[in-house]
Amino acid sequence: MRFKLSKASCGTLESSDVYMELEPADEGIEIVLQSVVEKQFGDSIRALAAEMLSEAGIENAKLNMIDKGALECTLRARLETLIARAKGGEDA
Amino acid sequence: MRRSMLFLPGNTPNLILNGDSLGADAIILDLEDAVAPDQKDAARVLVRNALKTLEFRGIEKIIRINSLDTPYWKKDLDEMMPCRPELIMTPKTSCAEDVLQFDAYMSETEERLGFEKNSVRLMPLIETALGVENAYEIASASDRVVAIFLGAEDLSADLRCERTKEGKEIFYARGRIVMAARAAGKDAFDTPFTDVNDDEGIRADAALAKALGFTGKASISPRHLDAINEAFSPSEKEIDYAYEVLKTIRLAEQQGRGAVALLGKMIDKPIVMRAQQTIKMAEALGLGREDE
Repeated sequence: MRFKLSKASCGTLESSDVYMELEPADEGIEIVLQSVVEKQFGDSIRALAAEMLSEAGIENAKLNMIDKGALECTLRARLETLIARAKGGEDA
Repeated sequence: MRRSMLFLPGNTPNLILNGDSLGADAIILDLEDAVAPDQKDAARVLVRNALKTLEFRGIEKIIRINSLDTPYWKKDLDEMMPCRPELIMTPKTSCAEDVLQFDAYMSETEERLGFEKNSVRLMPLIETALGVENAYEIASASDRVVAIFLGAEDLSADLRCERTKEGKEIFYARGRIVMAARAAGKDAFDTPFTDVNDDEGIRADAALAKALGFTGKASISPRHLDAINEAFSPSEKEIDYAYEVLKTIRLAEQQGRGAVALLGKMIDKPIVMRAQQTIKMAEALGLGREDE
């Protein structure tokens, strides 16, 4: 990683949203997901998160997600914001 | 057709996702007051993704960006313009120079994106005493401006008076906004009625706005949309009368008569124009009559 990762959070616990926290870890990516649609979409949510972390060059981090039925466009939006915040990029 | 415009907070997915099923002619995805300063980044990304992904069938998308005195407005436009919303709403617009500043940055962005100039339009939100006084200059500052919109909450604060349901404190502003918009050939939109649970109040407020000449009215609650849509739609009686006016005029032309009367009243040019507007609106609402 060419950047310093900080702890960050994004989203809410409201219906159709997802709350996420990302923090640096020592080795690899760990994704912990609680979802109201775990059975139907749990694997695809984890795969999307892993893909977006990888694309952002994040190799060692723990991601906690509490999903309240977010659509893919919301999941992508929250992950993008979370990653930008964790990388200490732009302010609001 | 833009009778009703519903504000939806920009960082609230469950409201945004249902935006096209709530009964509004237009939705205003709000990046300004409805979003806390530390969530501006999240709202911008969420709204951008929603615009790219969701169809919002049959309704107009308006984005209320942040004002010129914040560090956010350029970032808002950078994210929103590629999604081609129909309109950008600019808050606290107080003079023509404000409009020109937004307009210049939007033109630059359109050129960069390869969009035609003015492909995204502007609706300045007028909510300061200075803005009300400069309403005509604001409305006519740029071809990009299609309408002006009165925001009474901030205006009342600027006037240092209480915002009431009756709205006496904004009577001058309402008249001034309508006059300025019409003089500039633009539309005028009225401020929301803020008591979500007062059904009679919203009906009276929407009827007043219609009577003053507003094109439509904004709302902060889906509960108010029926009352607003009804107030700004022509009634069956008005539609009947409009068709009768045009029929009478056609007949008079065929018979070579100049002045004609309908129901004991002379039909002059303004009446014909109003009849044409009523029929245009009726047709847009699917209430037009093919056999007429």
